[in-house]
Amino acid sequence: MPGTKEIRSKIASVKSTQKITKAMEMVAASKMRRAQERMRLARPYADKIRTVIGHLNAANPDYRHPFLVTREPKNVGIIVVSSDRGLCGALNANVFKTTLLLMRDWQAKGANVSLCLLGSKGLAFFRRLGLPILASVTGLGDKPHVKDLLGSVKVMLDAYRDGQLDRVFIVNAQFVNTMTQKPEAVQLLPVETIDGGDLQEHWDYIYEPGAADILDGVLMRYIESQVYRGAVESVACEMAARMVAMKAASDNAGNLIGELQLVYNKARQAAITKELAEIVGGAAAV
Amino acid sequence: MADHTIHCDIVSAEGEIFSGAAKMVFVPAAQGELGIAPRHAPLLSLLKAGEVRVLTPDGQELFFFVGGGALEIQPKKVTVLADTALRAKDVDEAAALAAKQRAEEALKGKIDKIEQAEALAELARAAAQLRLLQKLRKIKG
Repeated sequence: MPGTKEIRSKIASVKSTQKITKAMEMVAASKMRRAQERMRLARPYADKIRTVIGHLNAANPDYRHPFLVTREPKNVGIIVVSSDRGLCGALNANVFKTTLLLMRDWQAKGANVSLCLLGSKGLAFFRRLGLPILASVTGLGDKPHVKDLLGSVKVMLDAYRDGQLDRVFIVNAQFVNTMTQKPEAVQLLPVETIDGGDLQEHWDYIYEPGAADILDGVLMRYIESQVYRGAVESVACEMAARMVAMKAASDNAGNLIGELQLVYNKARQAAITKELAEIVGGAAAV
Repeated sequence: MADHTIHCDIVSAEGEIFSGAAKMVFVPAAQGELGIAPRHAPLLSLLKAGEVRVLTPDGQELFFFVGGGALEIQPKKVTVLADTALRAKDVDEAAALAAKQRAEEALKGKIDKIEQAEALAELARAAAQLRLLQKLRKIKG
């Protein structure tokens, strides 16, 4: 019986792979739900802080914080949010492609590009390009915490404040729905003017301690919350992409098993027929 | 009725903590505790680690722990943007003590300035959490 044993062991191996991909699919599905929940929870803070900055812009026109001033773009910083683990389809590749396009855009305009990388996939990819990497965090896990991101965000903010960077962008995958994740680049610094809304035209806050300190604190928190949002959204995207990729893998494994089973049955049938023919032939000879 | 209450929102980057009407709100501002009554003048301030107290219209007093943050006051609205705010009952006393111990141990050892600043901040935070817990315990009996 040539072949049947090999086919059988092949089927067994594909089956065990399918078990793994199926488990990964289910794990990703439940993690995605939790990540989406965290995305939802982060929204009120981002909205509130946006309103406060809008009010600030309306209230305090004479003091301009450096984060609000647009400079000649000579140096551009890009924060790239990627996943720590693979097996999530084209998610990271798409984010990197968007980043590369953005980089080429600015390099064509004569700007220097430096990077800040969140997630180990991004680090592995961009290390090869030889561009300056200002900061990187890996191992954020499925629940990124604000405090894990603060360090690298601070590096970028300080570089901006010192004039080493004139623009800061963040590139991350945006969660459209389970099937679609769209990589998008958003400008973080300088902070684009936000509409003050429905307040009367002339009034000002009481500042405690001073306007500069408070603006600094609020704007810093705003940027941090934006980066946090990017990280959380990226996790949701990773899980959704992994879920879809693993579903496809499980389906493919199913098809493969079906085909192998067919080949196996044929081989077994052929072997039985051959044996029968041999017995009949032998009996006839006697 | 609308004139006797002020809308209070407490949010942190990782979730919404409280949203509702209040008779009075007390916050640990950078330069000392602030009591905010309805129709307060617009004010913007930073917060230090401590407790935010909210007096609700039905006479209840709610406690929230904030680890720092920012505060915005509009005549009809208070917004507390907390760095890490937890519900007071969730604050684990043992964890606070452990954090305090860690900070104190770190202060004793040989460390550079950055670590020392971090340790001091952690110490302040743990002390504020402990104070709040003791207060809560007193109220409960």
